[in-house]
Order: sequence, then C-alpha cells, then structure tokens
Amino acid sequence: MESLSPIILSLVTFIPAVGGLLILLIPRRDRDIKLFALVISLLAFVASLHLPVHLHRELGAFKFEIDKVWITSPNIHYHMGIDGISVWLVVLTTFLTPLCVLISWHSIHERVKEFFILLLILETALIGVFTALDLFLFYFFWEATLIPMALLIGMYGHGRKVYAAVKFFLFTMIGSMFMLAALVWLYTKTGSFDFVVIQNAIRSGSVPGFEQASLWLFLGFFIAFAVKVPLFPFHTWLPDAHVEAPTAGSVLLAGVLLKMGTYGLLRFDVGLFPAQAHRNAPWVMVLALIGIIYGALVSLVQPNMKKLIAYSSISHLGFVVLGIFSFTAAGLNGAVFIMLAHGVATGGLFMLAGILYERRHTYEISEFGGLATPMPKYATFFLVTVLASVGLPLLNGFIGEFLVLTGAFQARPIYGVLGATGVIWSACYLLWMYQRVFFGKVKHDVNNALPDLNLREKAALWPIAVAALVMGVAPLVWLGAIDPAVQAALAPFTQLASKVVGQ
Amino acid sequence: MMMMVMTAFSHSLPALLAQAQTSLPPPGTDYMRILPELVLSIFGMLIMVVDPLLDEENSHQSLGTIALIGTLAALASTAWMAQYPGTAFWNMVRVEGFSVFFHFLVIAIAAVVILSSFEYLKVQRIRAGEYYGLILFGTVGMCLMSSAIELVLIFIALEISSISTYVLAGFRRREASSSESSLKYFLLGSFATAFFLYGVALMFGATGSTNIDAISQALHSGGAPVPALAYVATAFMFVGLAFKVSSAPFHIWAPDVYEGAPAPIVGLMSTGPKAAAFAILLRVMFEANAPGRFWLIWVSAALTMTLGNVCALVQDNVKRLLAYSSIAHAGYLLVAFAAQPELGTSAAMFYTAAYAAMNVGAFAVVTHFANVGEKYVTLEDYAGLGRSSPVLAATFTFFLMSLIGIPITGGFFAKFYVLSAALKSDLVGLAIILVLNSAVGAYYYLRIIVMMYMREPRGEVPVTPVPVAAALAITVCVLLTLYLGVLPGRVLDYAAHSARQLVSDRAAPELSAGYHATEP
Repeated sequence: MESLSPIILSLVTFIPAVGGLLILLIPRRDRDIKLFALVISLLAFVASLHLPVHLHRELGAFKFEIDKVWITSPNIHYHMGIDGISVWLVVLTTFLTPLCVLISWHSIHERVKEFFILLLILETALIGVFTALDLFLFYFFWEATLIPMALLIGMYGHGRKVYAAVKFFLFTMIGSMFMLAALVWLYTKTGSFDFVVIQNAIRSGSVPGFEQASLWLFLGFFIAFAVKVPLFPFHTWLPDAHVEAPTAGSVLLAGVLLKMGTYGLLRFDVGLFPAQAHRNAPWVMVLALIGIIYGALVSLVQPNMKKLIAYSSISHLGFVVLGIFSFTAAGLNGAVFIMLAHGVATGGLFMLAGILYERRHTYEISEFGGLATPMPKYATFFLVTVLASVGLPLLNGFIGEFLVLTGAFQARPIYGVLGATGVIWSACYLLWMYQRVFFGKVKHDVNNALPDLNLREKAALWPIAVAALVMGVAPLVWLGAIDPAVQAALAPFTQLASKVVGQ
Repeated sequence: MMMMVMTAFSHSLPALLAQAQTSLPPPGTDYMRILPELVLSIFGMLIMVVDPLLDEENSHQSLGTIALIGTLAALASTAWMAQYPGTAFWNMVRVEGFSVFFHFLVIAIAAVVILSSFEYLKVQRIRAGEYYGLILFGTVGMCLMSSAIELVLIFIALEISSISTYVLAGFRRREASSSESSLKYFLLGSFATAFFLYGVALMFGATGSTNIDAISQALHSGGAPVPALAYVATAFMFVGLAFKVSSAPFHIWAPDVYEGAPAPIVGLMSTGPKAAAFAILLRVMFEANAPGRFWLIWVSAALTMTLGNVCALVQDNVKRLLAYSSIAHAGYLLVAFAAQPELGTSAAMFYTAAYAAMNVGAFAVVTHFANVGEKYVTLEDYAGLGRSSPVLAATFTFFLMSLIGIPITGGFFAKFYVLSAALKSDLVGLAIILVLNSAVGAYYYLRIIVMMYMREPRGEVPVTPVPVAAALAITVCVLLTLYLGVLPGRVLDYAAHSARQLVSDRAAPELSAGYHATEP
C-alpha cells in the first residue's frame, strides 16, 4: 500500500473531475448519468479512506506529499500534502458528495448531465483546496470552486437564483482578490509559492519588509477567508445563496465550502502570520461572537426553514472562528471538530429540508405542522440531525462546542460566557422549529398524504445519522489525528506567549 | 495634418538621407529581416489581382483561403526571419526577440480573424477582395510597427495599419453605424497620429535624431540634464499612442467604433493594432528611455482601468461591453509600463499575447452569433444560449473566465505577471487599483454568463451550427488561452529573454522623474 502514497492524493483529488469529464461522453440518458456520478463519487470516497487509515500521526508533518515543478517562472509547484486537519475535510467532502448525488436523484429534472458534471468538478476543486500546499495551487482550486457553485445555484436553484448566484460569486471573488494581492506580494519577496518555504522564510525573518507589510498581508488573506466563513459582517451572501441553491448545492455549500474559509484562516492566515493573528485576535473573536449571537437570533425569527438553517450556519461557524483565535489546544481541536460535525449535521438538515421541498415545494414552516404523524421515519431522522446540530451529548455537535468553549474560557472568560449563550440559542431555534413542523395536529390537509422516506432517501440519510452518532461517541478517532496537527499549528503561539511572559 | 507631415519630414529627412548616402545598397540579408512583411504584401496584392477574376458570389472561399495561406506563409517566414537577428536598412528595422514575438502575435491574430471571417462575409454579403487585402496590408503595418526602430518608419507603419483598419471598420456598408464608426475612427485617429508626429518632431528637436537608440543615448549620456523639450515630446507621443491603445482619457472613440465595425474586425482591432501600438510604446518608453513617463503612465493606467470597468457595468450591447472591457485591459497592461523596464516589458508582452488569444476568441463567438446584419448583439439575445448551443456557450464562458482572470486561463497569468511586476517595482497603489478593478470587472463578464445559463432562451434568436472555419478559429483560441494558462513558462521565458535584450544596458529605472502629468 505504501507504493500508493505519492499518487493517492492526486487520485482522490482528480477522480471526480475525470469522472465529470467522462460524463460528457455519456449519451443523455439521465439514469445512466446519475448512476455513473454515484459510482464515481463513491470511488472517490473509498479512495479517500486510504488517507486517514495510513496517516502517520507525527507532529506537524505533511503526509502523502507530492511536489513537482509545474511552472518554472513563476516558481509554481504542484505541491500537495495533508495533515491531521485537512485529511478529515477531504473525507468530509468525499463523504457528502455521494449523498448529494442521491439527494438530487429526482429533484433535478432538466440539464441533468450538466448538473452532475458541475457537481463532480466542484468536488475536485473542494478537495484540491484542502490538499494544496502551494499557495498558487491553493488559489487556483479556491477560485475553481466558484464557478461550478455559482452555476449550480444559478441554473438549478429556485426563486431569486440569479441574484443569489451573482452575489455569491462577487462576494467571494472580491474577497479573494485581496488574497491574490497578498499572495503575489509574498511571492515577490520570497520567490516561492510553497507554503512550507514561505512559512519558514517568515519564521526565520528573512523576508524583507515583512514587519511593515504583515498587517496588510494578514488582512488580505483574512478578508478572503472571512467572506467565505462567513464572518459577520461579510455574511450577507450566505442566506441568499443557501435559500436559492438546489439541495445538493446547499449541502456542499454549508458542508464544505464554508469550511474552506475556516480552514484557510487556520492553515494560512494563522499559519503564516501568527504574530498578527495573535495581535488581532481580540476583534476577530468579537466578530465571531457577534456572528454566534446574531446568527442565532436571526435564525429564531425565520419563517423559512432553509433560511433558518442558513443563519444557524453563521452561528456555528462563529464557534469555529472563536476556537481558532483562542489559540488554545482545546479551542483549535474543537474548531476543527466543529467543522466536521457541522458539515455532517447541517448537510443533513439541508438534505432533510430538500426532501420536504420535493414533496411540498415550499420551505415555509407555517405550511407544515404535525408531520410526525404522516412521516414518522422522516421525523426521526430529522430529530437526530437537529439534536446533533444543537449539541446534545453523545452526538457530534457537543464535542466541538464543548472544546471551543473551554478554549474560549481559557483565552478570556467573557468570551466563553458569551459563546455559551450560542448553545442555548441554537437549542431554542432548532427545537422550536422542530416542534412547529412535526408536533401537534396536522394543520394542512395536503400534509396528511405526504409519503414517508423512500429507500433512496434513507440511503442518503443513514450515513448522516450514523456519522453523527459515531463522531459523538468516539471523537478520539478524529481528534487523535487532529491534535498533532493542531499542536504544530500552535507551536509559534507558545513561543509568543513565553515571550510575553518573559517580558 | 499634411503640414505637420511635411514639417516632420523636413526635419528628419536630411538625417535619413545622410545615413542612406553613406551606406552601400542594402545587402540581401536585409530583405530577410522584412521577409514576413514582404510575404504579406505579395499575398495582399495577389488578392487584389485575383479578386476581379473571380465571380463575386463564389470568391469568398477562395480569397479567404489565399489570405489564410498568406498569413501562414508569413508565420513561416517569421521563423525564418528570426534566424537573422540584427538591424537592416540603415538602422531602420531591427530583428530581435522582441520584434519576432510581436510578428508572430499579430500575424497569428490576422490568421484567426481571417478564419472567423469566412462565414461572416458570406452571411453579411461583404465583398471579400478588399476585405482580406486590407487585413493583410494592415498586418504589414503592424509587423513593421514592432520591428521599426526609427520614429519616422514607426509613423509610416502606424499609418499603414491605421488606414487599413479605418476602412475595415466601415465595411458593413449598409449600416449607418458602420460608416459612423469608420468616420469617427478616421477623424480621431488622424488627429491622434498628428500628435504622435508632433512628438516625433519635438523629440528630433530635442535630441537631433529620430532613431530610438540614438535618442536613448542622447538623453542619457553625459551628465547633461534632459531638455524640457524631450518631456513635451514624450507627452505628445504618448497621447498619439494612448489613442491607438484606447487608454483613458483618449478612449472615447472605442465603444462607438467597436459597436459599428464588423465583429471579426473588432476582434482584430482590439488586439492586433493594439498589440503593435503597445510594442511601439514599449520601444519609445523603455528602449528610448523616454523621460518623465512614470506619472504619465501611472495616471493613465489608473484612469483607464477604472473608467473602462465602470462604464462596462452598464452596457447592454455585447460589442460595446467588450469594447469597454478592452479599454480596461489596456489599463491593466499600462500598469506594466509603470514597472521596472525589464519586468514590465516581459509582463506586457505576455499580456498582449494572452489578451489576443482570449479576445479574438470571444469576438469569434460574437461574430458567429451576430447573424445577418449583426442583429443579435445585445445581452438579451444571449439568453439561454447555454441551452440552445451548449458548446458555443461553454467556449464563450471560457473566454469570459479568462477575461475575468480565473486560474488556468491565459488571462489569469497575464494579470498575475502584471501584478507581480508592479509589486516588485513597489507600485503598491497601482497594484491595489488593479486588484479592485479586476473585482469590478468580474461583474459584467458574469452578466453575460448569467444570461447564457440562467435565463430562458428567447425563441426568435436562431442558432445556426458553427461552420468549420469559425470552429477552427475558436478552437485555436481556446487551445492558446488554455496553453498560456496551464503552461505559461515557455512564452514567458521567451518574453523575459527578449525584454532583457530590449532594455539591456539601459536598465536604469526612472521612477522619480520630476514631470507630472497634466491633463492634455
């Protein structure tokens, strides 16, 4: 199996895109295309399982590295590698994509071919973001996620889909322009795009003019990532994009795309500019707290189920940022764990909302009520997912939030206190929504006749429920790999802290 | 204007004559150094001769083929010419990496434009003879523009290419807008050329020479201060050339002209003469090391990018939209001119190549889609193209993505090199303006993509299958854009190498010239 190591990352990354291009050759028989897309995405998932199994858990080293010269001038390498943080994000991506294919089986009627091509290309781009270690390559994959996602929203969404797609595209595009400028600056001073090389150059202080520029560089990357997370006040694209996107689009958007932002913050913004990150942590954490509370409060009053879940994402991702910028081992571990847990739980919620939409063509909570009677299985799955999202112990949401709040308390107690209210809020809006949709008497007669889950939908939901439970019961499987990577990321901060103490 | 021509000649002619008299008749290798120009001229004349012999109805295909063979022969002869580096005709023309690069570029542009015109001429019922002839003659002018190192010859080359394009712009005879386009282009263009000529004359007055190298020496040898006249001369020449590359504030003509001119010709105009004019600008600014250029270019670049992008936001006609986009791209390119000479030159060269590939391609799509009388050129007409003609829409999307500057397209690396040249030269302000503008730019290109994919098609817009020639043209552009986006190394190395040649031993960057631009 060792012989697989150098190519496994490229394999995992490009299987979906190659499959997507092969779909071009399949004649327009929708069933064949769907089956093929499902097979390809499952293949990518199986291949990606190789990664965590064979990841040696050493401190802060990248594994499965491949480093080939791509372009000599500028000095761009095809450099990929993963550590304990990115490996799970890759697996999350490959885990969610087959479910997206399943959930889109009937909801996509026209231009089916294009849909699955876009979905698979998007998967490649997403995996690429998490595996790229060359900043240029990273930027390439980062931008490459944009077009398929925007097209998915704009072509297959509903309502104001064009508005949402354009808004999504422009927000991200404008944000990433700043990152590009910062990236090119780094290249002009270091002569390399390689993450490790640049990181070492910065740490050894051999980058001319870095002291003066570091704040701007930090901000350049920060804006790009903050838009993606989305951190308050850059969040306004998110509700539109989520509500109008097709279900598969929402699942990947919430499940993986948002993590690109937090992953970027952790890997690049914090990884390259630890001193600036440390200096700016207070206001970033305040923004994160605003996001947690604001997102929760807005969720509380949403009449639209999908919008409610969308705003809850803002709240949950606030926890992630809070954890990252607490610069404590617990906080960072928790942040990474929430990324995964949120991907599973919120991905599941969007799938569930999509299933309901297929039947009733509305997301309005007031249109439902008492659904537990006609759709008991659906209600059960929904309950499990909601509880996971709320953070019930033994389900996956709890571990991450607990760790993040521990970290936040260590950083500054008031942050922990304020952050903890977010947990309460999330219980309020999610459980209240659950109550209004499922309990009581059936309010509208049409809902009496709603069919319960079919086999395909169950096949899509079981993995979510199982993952939520397993991650909650045995978080160490995940944290065992995450912790060494987190410790490596924290190394510069312990130095910073000791410096402060030393003074 | 004639007066001005006369005055300029009366100043510079003696110098030329003196050079000519002291030399022997040109050796045979001199002709090798203008071989592509000769080949193109011969084929152009061949077309003019053959044209009357052919039945007008059937002449499109055969004349087009001759023109295409002419450009291919010229490409081959450029490769041949590249083996004879050096100057020719008493220091009037120089063959070097730089000029070979632009020869390849403009001839390739002409070839692709000719390919995409095959169907167009038939559909629009345009006579093919003069059309192809003028494209070839215009290309001769553009080629000469890139290899001339004598300001008077540069002027003549500029006129050859300009006059051809003035006429080509008016080829949709039945449309008033086309005549307007041609006339506007001609009047304003002549005015701008006069400025250039005036600048040449003043430069001759300031330095006593019209040869680029001699000017550079005269301006920067010895400790003598640069005469004030040279600053004025630079400014005037810049005005003339800025018009040709449609940079603000001399860009007003572009949208009207592009809207009226035949679509394939717009593809040509916005890339070929522009690339050649940029070549002149590179020579005048960097090789001649023109004084006081920094702020001139800085302000013009910032203005061009911003105006181009902002105006493009509200356009509903795709040709006009692409016209403003081409203004914006001229602005991005100008940023390279404010950078250090070597970096700037190579970045600018790469940019012209990448821009040519994507823009000619985009116009090839617009050409095919425009149909009889160029009826379908508004944004609304593109609604639902993604459904009715998926391949065409996908290629157009690809070109637009390149224009936005998304990675793995040539447009991305072009922008990237300009940005890194600017940052290496510490032009942080200009770099930030560039970045912000690219973000604005994304919006209007996106509007087209949105139209194509996210709107329902309107029934009345016919979608005809793409004919072989146009398909070939578009394919070439896609492949080149992709090549420049995935493996830009070779082209960039070549550009960097020729840039080093061009600015060697004149590399002193002149960033702090005291001359500040005032609005002319």
